[in-house]
Amino acid sequence: MLLLIKYTLLYGIVLMLVALGGMFSERSGVINLALEGIMSIGALAGVLTLCFLPEGMAPGLIVLFSILSSALAGVIYSLLLGFSAITLKADQTIGGTALNMMATALAVVIVKVVNGTASAKLNYSNTAFIFDFDLGNGNKLTLNVFLFIGLAILVLAALFLYKTKWGLRLRSCGEHPQAADSVGINVYQWRYIGVMFSGLLGGIGGFAYVIPSVSTWNFEVGVTGFGFLALAVMIFGQWKPINIFGAAMFFAVFKSLANIADSTFLATLGLSKNIYDMMPFIASMIILVLFSKNSRAPKAEGIPYDKGTR
Amino acid sequence: MAKNNLASPSIPKKVVTGKGGFIAATNSILSSFVCIIIGLLVGFIILLCINPEHCLEGFMTILSGGFNNISIHARNISKEISEAAPLIMTGLSVAFAYKTGLFNIGAAGQYTVGALGAIYCALVLQLPWYVCILAAMVCGAIWGAIPGLLKAFFNVNEVITSIMFNWIALYGVNEIVKKFAITNADGSITRMYESAKNKTYAIATKAPGSRIPDLGLSDIFSKSTTIAIFLAIIVAIIIYIVINKTTFGYELKACGHNKNAAKYAGINERRSIVLSMVIAGALAGLGAALYYLSGVGEWNPNDSTACPAIGFNGISVALLAVCNPIGCIFSALLISHITVGGSCLPTAYYQPEIADIIIGVIIYLCAFAMLFKMFIGKFVKDRSGANANAEPKASVASTSKKEESK
Repeated sequence: MLLLIKYTLLYGIVLMLVALGGMFSERSGVINLALEGIMSIGALAGVLTLCFLPEGMAPGLIVLFSILSSALAGVIYSLLLGFSAITLKADQTIGGTALNMMATALAVVIVKVVNGTASAKLNYSNTAFIFDFDLGNGNKLTLNVFLFIGLAILVLAALFLYKTKWGLRLRSCGEHPQAADSVGINVYQWRYIGVMFSGLLGGIGGFAYVIPSVSTWNFEVGVTGFGFLALAVMIFGQWKPINIFGAAMFFAVFKSLANIADSTFLATLGLSKNIYDMMPFIASMIILVLFSKNSRAPKAEGIPYDKGTR
Repeated sequence: MAKNNLASPSIPKKVVTGKGGFIAATNSILSSFVCIIIGLLVGFIILLCINPEHCLEGFMTILSGGFNNISIHARNISKEISEAAPLIMTGLSVAFAYKTGLFNIGAAGQYTVGALGAIYCALVLQLPWYVCILAAMVCGAIWGAIPGLLKAFFNVNEVITSIMFNWIALYGVNEIVKKFAITNADGSITRMYESAKNKTYAIATKAPGSRIPDLGLSDIFSKSTTIAIFLAIIVAIIIYIVINKTTFGYELKACGHNKNAAKYAGINERRSIVLSMVIAGALAGLGAALYYLSGVGEWNPNDSTACPAIGFNGISVALLAVCNPIGCIFSALLISHITVGGSCLPTAYYQPEIADIIIGVIIYLCAFAMLFKMFIGKFVKDRSGANANAEPKASVASTSKKEESK
C-alpha cells in the first residue's frame, strides 16, 4: 500500500507539472504536442548537471542547480515550438511532432557523446532529492522534493491564471486573440510566454520523472510516453489547474498499479501491467466523448494568430 | 482573389491544371529540397561538433545510405529497400488523411494493430500471405475508424484520440502477443511469442506460406527483400489516382479544404471523415504486413516504451512529400536511406541516432515549408491570373476558396 502511495504521489506530481505546462501553452492558444520531447530534454539537462556538479556540494544547492538547468533546457527547447508555431505560423501539431522525434535522438546522441561509449545510460545519485517520512511502526514513506515544488507550482499557477491581470491576458489570447489584440494585448508575446511556461514546467516534470525512482536512466526510451499521458491529463482536467491536479492523481493511480502489478498483491488478480497501463488512456477517451459537447478547450487553440484576420 | 476564382471556370481546364499543377509541383519539390539540404547541413554540423577529424567521412557514410559497402555485401541496400516499403505505406496513410484535413498521428497505432493481424494470421492460422495482408489492413482500418467516428460524430480532435489509441494499441497488442496460447487437438500449444528470443517467431521458418513471395529478389539482395516494395509502389499509384482522378477523392479533398462548403455542395462530410480514416488505417496496417510478412523483423512485446518508429516516420514521409502519394515513394526511400546511412556510421566516433536528428530537423522545417510553398503558390497565382489550384469541378472549388479567403 505504501508503495502504491509513493508511486502515485511521484507520478501524480510529474503528470500534474507537465499537464499544467500544457495548460499554459494551450490557454495562450498554442497546442503543445512537444511536451514529450520537452520532458526528455529537461530530464537530460537536469541529469547532466547532477553528474557534473562537484561531489561535496550542499544537497540544497545540487537540487536547486539541477532543477534550474532542467527548467532552462525545457524553456529553450519550447522556444523552437514557439518560433515555428507563433512567429512562422506553421502547423502546431506538425511542429510539436517533429520536436518529439528530434528530442529523443538528440538526448541519446548527447548522452553517448558524454559517455564516450555506445551506451545511452547515465548513472546519478538521487539522495539529495529523496527523504523518508516516518509513519511510525517502522513504516517509512519515501517522498521527494518535487512533491512540495509541485504543490507550490499548482497554487501559483491557479493564482496566476485567475487572480492576476497577466493570467487574464494569457487566457484571452487563447479564447479570442483578435479581441485581445484590439485592446492592446500583444498576442504573440503572450503566446510565447505561454509556450515558455510549458517548457519550464515540462522540463522540470521530465526531471522529476527520471530522478526520484531510479538512479540510472536509459535515454533511448525518452520519458516512456508520459508527455502524451500529461496531454490526456490536461484534457481530462478540462484545462483548469485544480481539475488537472485531480486528473493527474487519478491517472497516477493506474500508472502506479501498472508499476507494482507484477510484484505485489495485485499479481493474484491476474491482470498484467499492460492492462493497467491501458486504463488511463481508455478512461480519458471515454471522458473525451462524454464531455465533447461542452468541452472547455480554449476556443482559439491550434489556430496561428494572424494580425490580418482581425 | 475572388475575381480569379470566378473567372477560372471559363478558362480551358487542361491548360490551367496543367500549368498550375506543374508550377505547384515544382514549388513543392523545391521546398522539400530546401528542407532536406538544411537538415543535412545540421547533421554535418553535429558530426563536426562531435568529432571534427572524421566528419567528412561520416557525412559521406550518411549520404551513401544503403550503398555503403555495396561491393562487399548487399545487406545495407536490401535493408533500405525492405524498410522503405512499410514507410511508403505509413507515409501514404498520413498523406491520405491529410488530404481530408485530418492529421493522422495514429498511423503508429494502426500499424501496431495491423502487425498483430498479420502476425496472428501467419503464425496461428497459417493463412496464405495475401490473406494475412488483408487481415492486417482490416485491423488497421478498424483502428483508424474509431478516431474517425469520434471526430465525425462527437467532434473530438482526431490528434488527441489517435495518440491515445496509439498507446492503447501498443499495450493491447503486447499483451495479446505475449499471452496468446491455444492448445491444439494433439496437445501441442500454438504461440506467437518465442520467449527464448523475446520476440515473435520468425514468419519465414514457422509459416513459410505466409511470407510475401520474393520472386528471386532474396537471392540478389538479402532474405528479407520481397516484392513488398513493388506492392507499396502500386498502392501509392492507386492512392494517387483515387485522390486526384475520382469523385470520391474529390469529395474527401473538398472536406479537407472547407467542410462547410463541402456540406453545402451536398457532400456527406461525416462519411468522408470516417472513410478517410478507415483508408488511412488500412494503409498503415498494410505497411505493418509488408514489414512483418517480409521478415524484416519480429515483434518484441516487451518493448512497451513507444510504438514502432516506422509508424511515426510515416509523418515525416508524408510531410516531406507534401502529402503527394507519388512523392511518398521517394521521400520514404530518402528517409530509409538516411536511417541506414546513420546505422553505418562508425560507432567509435559517431552515434547512429544522428540520422534521426537529421530527419527530425527536416520535418521541423517541413512544418513551415508548406507555408513557404503556399506563399510561392499565391505569388505565382496572382501573377499568372489563373487559379493554380483549380479543380475540374470549379464551382465547388471556388466556393471553398472564397470561404478560405474570408
